[in-house]
Amino acid sequence: MAERSIAMEVKIKGMKREDFKDNEYIDKLVEELNASGTNVVVGSLDQLINWGRANSLWPLCFGTSCCAIEFMHLGAARHDMARFGFEVARNSPRQADYIMVQGTIVHRMAPALVRLYEQLAEPKYVIACGGCAVSGGPFKGSYCVVEGVDKIIPVDVFIPGCPPRPEAMFYGLMQLQRKIKVEKFFGGVNRQEKLKDFLEKHPEEAEAMK
Amino acid sequence: MANIQETISKLCPSATFEEGEVLRVTVDDKLWHDLAKQLKENPELGFDYLVGIIGCDWKESLGCVYYFTSTKTQEHVSVKVATTDRENPMLHSVSDLWRVALIQEREVYDFYGIVFIGHPDMRRLFLRTDWVGFPLRKDYDANPELNPIRLEQEPDEDATAAYVEESDGTVKKIDRKVFEDNEYVVNFGPQHPSTHGVMRLRTSIDGETLLKVDPVAGYIHRGIEKLCESKTYPQTLMFTDRMDYMSAHQNRHCLCMCIEKALGIEVPRRAKIIRVMMDELMRLSSHLLSYGCMTMDMGATTAFFYGFREREEILDIFEKTCGARMSLHYNVIGGVVADVHPDFIKDVRAICSIMPSRLKEYHKLFTGNVIAQNRTKGVGVLSMEDAINYGVTGPSGRATGWHCDVRKTAPYSIYDELDFEEITETAGDSFARYMVRMREIEQCVKLLEQLCDLLEKEEGNEYIAPKVPKIIKLPVGHWFQQVEASRGAFGVYIESTGEKTPYRMHFNSPCLNILGSVDLACRGYKIADLITITASLDYVIPDIDR
Amino acid sequence: MFDFGTITTWFDNLLESVMPGWAATVIECVIIGVALLLVYALLALFYILYERKLCAWFQCRLGPMRVGPWGLLQVFADMFKILIKELIRLENIDRFLFALAPYLVIIASMVSFAVLPWGNGLQIIDFNIGVFFMIAASSVGVLGILLAGWSSNNKYTLIGAMRSGAQMISYELSVGLSIMTMVVLAGTMSVSGLVAAQADGWLIFKGHIPAVIAFVIYLIAATGETNRGPFDLPEAEHELTAGYHTEYSGIHFGYFYLAEYLNLFIVSGIASLMFLGGWMPLHIPGWDGFNMIMDYIPSVIWFLGKAFFVSFIIIWFKWSFPRVRIDQLLALEWKYLMPIGLFNLLLMTLVVVYGWHF
Repeated sequence: MAERSIAMEVKIKGMKREDFKDNEYIDKLVEELNASGTNVVVGSLDQLINWGRANSLWPLCFGTSCCAIEFMHLGAARHDMARFGFEVARNSPRQADYIMVQGTIVHRMAPALVRLYEQLAEPKYVIACGGCAVSGGPFKGSYCVVEGVDKIIPVDVFIPGCPPRPEAMFYGLMQLQRKIKVEKFFGGVNRQEKLKDFLEKHPEEAEAMK
Repeated sequence: MANIQETISKLCPSATFEEGEVLRVTVDDKLWHDLAKQLKENPELGFDYLVGIIGCDWKESLGCVYYFTSTKTQEHVSVKVATTDRENPMLHSVSDLWRVALIQEREVYDFYGIVFIGHPDMRRLFLRTDWVGFPLRKDYDANPELNPIRLEQEPDEDATAAYVEESDGTVKKIDRKVFEDNEYVVNFGPQHPSTHGVMRLRTSIDGETLLKVDPVAGYIHRGIEKLCESKTYPQTLMFTDRMDYMSAHQNRHCLCMCIEKALGIEVPRRAKIIRVMMDELMRLSSHLLSYGCMTMDMGATTAFFYGFREREEILDIFEKTCGARMSLHYNVIGGVVADVHPDFIKDVRAICSIMPSRLKEYHKLFTGNVIAQNRTKGVGVLSMEDAINYGVTGPSGRATGWHCDVRKTAPYSIYDELDFEEITETAGDSFARYMVRMREIEQCVKLLEQLCDLLEKEEGNEYIAPKVPKIIKLPVGHWFQQVEASRGAFGVYIESTGEKTPYRMHFNSPCLNILGSVDLACRGYKIADLITITASLDYVIPDIDR
Repeated sequence: MFDFGTITTWFDNLLESVMPGWAATVIECVIIGVALLLVYALLALFYILYERKLCAWFQCRLGPMRVGPWGLLQVFADMFKILIKELIRLENIDRFLFALAPYLVIIASMVSFAVLPWGNGLQIIDFNIGVFFMIAASSVGVLGILLAGWSSNNKYTLIGAMRSGAQMISYELSVGLSIMTMVVLAGTMSVSGLVAAQADGWLIFKGHIPAVIAFVIYLIAATGETNRGPFDLPEAEHELTAGYHTEYSGIHFGYFYLAEYLNLFIVSGIASLMFLGGWMPLHIPGWDGFNMIMDYIPSVIWFLGKAFFVSFIIIWFKWSFPRVRIDQLLALEWKYLMPIGLFNLLLMTLVVVYGWHF
């Protein structure tokens, strides 16, 4: 029974549950989130909102190297990410939903990436795309390469590959959709509460805000 | 070559000479600037094109190797200048003679800390302004605590310095600013849709007019040259596919040729043909991409999709043979890694047959459009002198009328057997650069058709040299090799001490030179032209930063 | 042809019979307001999908197709998301103007809705200077864009705002001139009068040469006025990242996004009113059978169909043409469109005076 409800919650059109590889992760996430139970009204509202969010992922144009070219191919006619509604690539981080780090991040770029991440409006997601963004890839051990963007910003989905094929990028994006579909908007904590929580723990920051 | 040696020894008696594939002249730094002036202006020498400046750390001394070419006689010469002072290494700048040195000397400064006397803008090129140490020196301290990932903004972005030699021989540092306080500075990048990656252009504007453009590179500087020094030769090959990923084959071809030259390996003819075919396919796909990106940057989005439609077909060919779409890893030392796919010739012929009609479509959609013509004609003009002086090669250089195609000036592989035309235009503006690319697509198709015939004749022969040693050790020496990549002359310099790993490996990228000319090409035009000009110059950022 | 006026009159009489006159008016206003908002939102959503599907078609793609049947629900998903997206609180900005700007833009386009001839008798207000009102109302939008650019305290937005100021005010002239040309031909400024004048033939056919010139000028200038490609300089994506709305997030950005599409509908609606007969069906003199069949198609469909057709043309050249540069943009207006427009107005006056029209 539990199995079925999870499967229903994270349904993706055209992809069967068995076709995805990391089902345990999503299952665990659902279990954790549903541990306290959900109100029926709130639950269905959540579903509606998650449906909207998952199907309207607008990327921020952020290509640093080879993966960016494959991302262009993702948008081009053969692969056409517009089918999923992902094509509204925004150039301003204020209007984008997720940042797909396509390529190596080096020491000089790191502050800019963190700043872009902070400029994104909530809810925001990060996809580390390609070997360089996942772990430094072929440039691991270089004096100025950040070995994995997860060292500086939180990452939702990792897409390995050098560069990943457009199909792999679709898979990663669908995994992100699944992750979004189990989120909680009303039940969970939002940014305001997070901020309040943070300020309670760090009174000196609260002083500075005033 | 003897002639050059005679002339130089007359001008500078203390210079020593070393024969090799290219004559190498070693001079003392004190005499260097005068000799440089002669090299450029003496009619018997006439080395007007500075190919590259390669910094090097020879442990007991620090210095540079300069490679020069004469655009008239196609003669080459290289000059070595070194200093033994490791604390405050200083050399004389040649940026007043060859403008390309403006950006290349900054690279040497960034890597080795060599200060160039007389350079107007001596600051780091790739690394953060607060970086500790000079990474390519052999005694560089790689302790991550010295250079942690800093998340605060770089300090003193505007600070730069010039070093001037006084009449008594002492060198004085003059602090300067890139932009004055009263200038209205608008920043493009590093995250910007039309900088083609993570390039940052700081511009000073008056209304909509650009007064000055200051490119800030290094947002994808991955330290490839340093990494190469700790890798064996076959391992270094993989970096070439990730520098200019639009010329992956050509770059790798260049490095392979350079190593093969050092080892004295003769590549089988079939492998040569396959390599050249891959190079031309890569060039075709690269020009299609630059067509797509340029049109998209200028607002004609549909044209972008047309260019990418054909690019997909070419990537399919790559995928069948190489197994990958972008990082192809196909050339290896001595040949190619595997034989071509059985469908290869059929697929290439199919591409050749559709391209002419598709080109017509591109011209219909974009080239003939009155807005496109108004936007590109007369915008971002570079003269031939500028192009040579700034070392702008490739389609951007040929658009000024400079015959700089390495395939013609120094034919390598089997290019001398093939019948093709070197495309040049004379206007030197964005439209000329665009048209050179479009016309080169036709030449690519012409080349590919000939190559298909040649490859059919070589059916079943070896695709890799039979006698490639298992462990590759280059003899002591240094080699320089150039090929025509999609964006210009790409060079590889290897210095070996006889180890399994290179002592110094330098990639002389065409895009770095192009970046150096952006300021010149953009001044006085409008903000929108900045986009057109950079799109038509068509640089690839990871190739600049390496 | 079915007259929607009968329904509205019947409803008005019904209300007046059960309550005093002022109460009836209030209720009618509320109903109209709600209906307007609903139509407004639905049309914007439709237009977003329309453009996305169309451009996919131009570009040999499929466009949105996975969310709902044929991707029909895609825009609803976008709307849900944008509604609950965070509104980022910025420091060092003019907060009041920053918040006001998107509302100004959206109100300007909404007010223009009031005078469009939706169908036979289906019009919110109809008065003698309807066309004049429409031009006035739609030009308020530039104020919103200027404020947005100025108050964001960002160099990109400021450049975008300055561009849009120069551009929209210039192109308004040509829009006004070409509309004036048609007003001369029709002899009235009232919207219902204009439609009635086209009962025996659309103005673009009646006014022949000067009308066609006016139509072409109008199309170019209207594209310029709505900031769409090739005149999308204020938000020139590849130059100024997102132009005047770079700093807006969440639903504030959503307003700009919607207003862009609504403005497209409005200019197409005006084009169909001024040139293509408003809601009037296509009649060819002498072909009575054909005319009868045309009359069976409801007037609302006629109006929307014409508006969508004009939008199609505008979308078509947006996706195909490169963007013009600011100096070329202003040169096009002041050196070509406006002089031609003035001359065309003179020509039309002569045509009307000498009765050379059909």
